[in-house]
Amino acid sequence: MRNRAYNGLYVVIAILVVLPFVLPNSFYLDLAIRMAINAVIVLGLNLLIGFAGQISLGHAGFLGIGAYASAVLPTHFGWHPVLAMVAGAVATGVLAALVARPIFKLKGNYLAMATLGLGIILSIALRNEAQWTGGPDGMPVPAFGVFGFELSSDKHWYWVVAILLSVSVWASLNLIDSPFGRALRALHGSEVASRVVGVDVVRYKVSIFVLSAVFASLMGSITAHYVGFVTPNLADFFHSIELVTMVVIGGMASVYGSLVGAVLLTALPQALATFEGWETVVFGAILMICMIFLPKGLVPTLAAKFGKGE
Amino acid sequence: MSMLAQFLQFLFSGVTVGATYALAALGFTLIYNASNVINFAQGEFIMLGGMLAVFFVQSGLPLPAALVLAILVPAVVGILIEKLAIEPVKGAETVTLIIITIGASLVIRGLTAVIFGKGTHSLPAFSGDEPIQILGATLMPQSLWVLGVTAIVVVVLWYFFNRTLTGKAMLATSYNRVAAELVGINTNGVLFMSFAMSAALGALGGILVTPITLTSYDAGIMMGLKGFVAAVLGGLGNGLGAVVGGLLVGILEAMGAGYLSSAYKDAIPFVLILFILFFMPRGLFGARVTDRV
Repeated sequence: MRNRAYNGLYVVIAILVVLPFVLPNSFYLDLAIRMAINAVIVLGLNLLIGFAGQISLGHAGFLGIGAYASAVLPTHFGWHPVLAMVAGAVATGVLAALVARPIFKLKGNYLAMATLGLGIILSIALRNEAQWTGGPDGMPVPAFGVFGFELSSDKHWYWVVAILLSVSVWASLNLIDSPFGRALRALHGSEVASRVVGVDVVRYKVSIFVLSAVFASLMGSITAHYVGFVTPNLADFFHSIELVTMVVIGGMASVYGSLVGAVLLTALPQALATFEGWETVVFGAILMICMIFLPKGLVPTLAAKFGKGE
Repeated sequence: MSMLAQFLQFLFSGVTVGATYALAALGFTLIYNASNVINFAQGEFIMLGGMLAVFFVQSGLPLPAALVLAILVPAVVGILIEKLAIEPVKGAETVTLIIITIGASLVIRGLTAVIFGKGTHSLPAFSGDEPIQILGATLMPQSLWVLGVTAIVVVVLWYFFNRTLTGKAMLATSYNRVAAELVGINTNGVLFMSFAMSAALGALGGILVTPITLTSYDAGIMMGLKGFVAAVLGGLGNGLGAVVGGLLVGILEAMGAGYLSSAYKDAIPFVLILFILFFMPRGLFGARVTDRV
């Protein structure tokens, strides 16, 4: 099983290496970068939702913290972008850890409510604190550079996110096969049973929540620097839903499902642009149809059909 | 304006909006009890009620006929959602169900935008705009409509669930679906009823409040989420809790917006629910349940 899982990783790396040479123009390169960024976020979120069986409807809020840390701290306080990114990730981690303990005593729909509430509060704060964040219009983000080397062209960004994505896939595969990952899957199966065999359920849930929140925050920073501009839409409820949808459509508890979900749902709005005015209707209908006919998500359903589980 | 008058003013507006939240929360509760589904499309029923009422009135229908139609159409939409999207996936994971209802809400919102446009619409108040003076505060006649109709709905629902066979069958299903099926209750029929009823309740709230708050294709998002807050605040699945939760959310939101910060008005219900859940993980009146192993 281990080797087969890694075969997938080699395929991912191969695709990432070949991709920039076959993409026809910068439009597709930009799309590929955004797909890869989303894929990293979704990998983290899938650890929480798919493997640990917990819901978060507020992850875009964490993404927003990272993005705005990278925008506000260098602009208003002259911080180095790397420092700002780390500060954002630390702040996200601390916030996630603080709220996680009380939140994870909750189950199912109550948990959905709490995470949704947290995300909405964060996005309202970003909209309202206009003197720092530029309000609903957003604000520009300074360029990102380390050691005098500035990441400016899309090609540079592509290789950065490609490496991040490969490392994330590798780390996720390892994590799932580690004692930590087995404990997560156990508590998804049955919390009581895993408590009986000595799994500290709350501690594991909190750790995975914090980990996925920090993933989201770091990728929020990357997004901010790559796009060069942030708006509160990054942090709003709808974006949280998009991220969860990527997890579920690709396939819960499937590493490669996360990648497929991120790729498809990042491309979908582009594909739907031709439906002028009907985008929302078609997007909603696709969500419903996918979930009704493939409730386990694309990758697990197809894998089961062709008889080779992950 | 005296302090008392100001307080009353905030209270009036809070109770009025709160009544709408209560109707939305009752809608969440009905569907949750029948199926354990949180219907994220609940807010769209509120929007649909308001938008359809505006449309039917503008197309020349007499007000009562327009209002009845604006309740019936969303009820049919609710039934369609249940038949096409919820019944086929019974027993799916919570996340899957959440995404299905969110998909449904996007379809409804998108269709509304395509058909009626993205503008903001208003409905004339049912009995004039002459404000009533109470201790220095003003109360709009429409607020009385909202409160009166909500009160009637609550009484009718109470009667329905406690004194009629259909109502008792719905309650029985919410307590234990399998047991209900064993004594011959058609639980699919219950699911069907609860979607129709909760869509109608949402639409009713949307219609009543539109003369005060106006409406547009995207008005349902926040309304629905706050209705969800109200339902969770009262303890998911508890009808009385939903009503109390709705009023509380409305009042605290109005007080917070008035005394603290109007910019953070929309955040207040969510701050409130986080605090409540931290200390009372099942809301104010939620039942204690033990998981079966």
